[in-house]
Amino acid sequence: MVKYERQLGKTFAALADPTRRAILARLEREDGASISGLARPLAVKLPTIMKHLDVLHSAGLVTRSKAGRTVTVRLAATPMQSAMAWLSRYERFWSRSLDRLSAYAERKEAAARRRTP
Amino acid sequence: MSSLTLVRRIKARPSIVWDALTTPEGIGYWWGPDAGPVVIAETDVRIGGRFRVRFRMLDGTEHESSGEYREVSKPQRLAMSWRWRGEDDSGESLVEIELRAISAGTELTFMHSQLRDDEIRTSHEQGWGGALDKLVQHYLEHPNGASHGIA
Repeated sequence: MVKYERQLGKTFAALADPTRRAILARLEREDGASISGLARPLAVKLPTIMKHLDVLHSAGLVTRSKAGRTVTVRLAATPMQSAMAWLSRYERFWSRSLDRLSAYAERKEAAARRRTP
Repeated sequence: MSSLTLVRRIKARPSIVWDALTTPEGIGYWWGPDAGPVVIAETDVRIGGRFRVRFRMLDGTEHESSGEYREVSKPQRLAMSWRWRGEDDSGESLVEIELRAISAGTELTFMHSQLRDDEIRTSHEQGWGGALDKLVQHYLEHPNGASHGIA
């Protein structure tokens, strides 16, 4: 459990940086990208991207594979991410639904009070 | 097995919250994770009766779940089995909702349990699919980390 929490901390720390989130968002849209391809739209230098990729890699969020001179970066599928996918699926569904349910019931309550003051 | 518990304090009396939870009209207003519409809402609120709700998300995908009411104690407690239909299906789980009258209105305690851990693997195999946005959102909402979720 301690190990899991440490991993969670690393993951959240990795996600705290906007450049790294941009990299992850890009990798989510595309199945793999080269390091120079990642650097281009972000207006940051290659060594900076490499550092960000190190952080993401150490957090288990990306994998790197080398073919010839090209390193391809991909999102990693780890149990941690799966857990998050699970959590977000149900939590988002119910959390948003219950917020809307609350707002609806409160409107109905207000309407009922107006009818019988 | 995993579970999710959420609590809401609602400024409405329990009978109004109950109706919102159980009537097709009420369900049409709130069911679903975004502002997309509910396209089917059917309820037969008695023990052994069934519900079926289908909603369309803003991305155009439709999702449907159905189940059987297991406990019906108006307006305090509602329990129902839960199963997604089609691709979303990952077995049966249990939804329990308790309503408690408080001075401000109603405290609603929601629990979705018996969620099978193999769902986690299913999500895993399907890849990220938008999970990143949600993960970031989750992070923003819970900056100290996930204090709930995987039990």
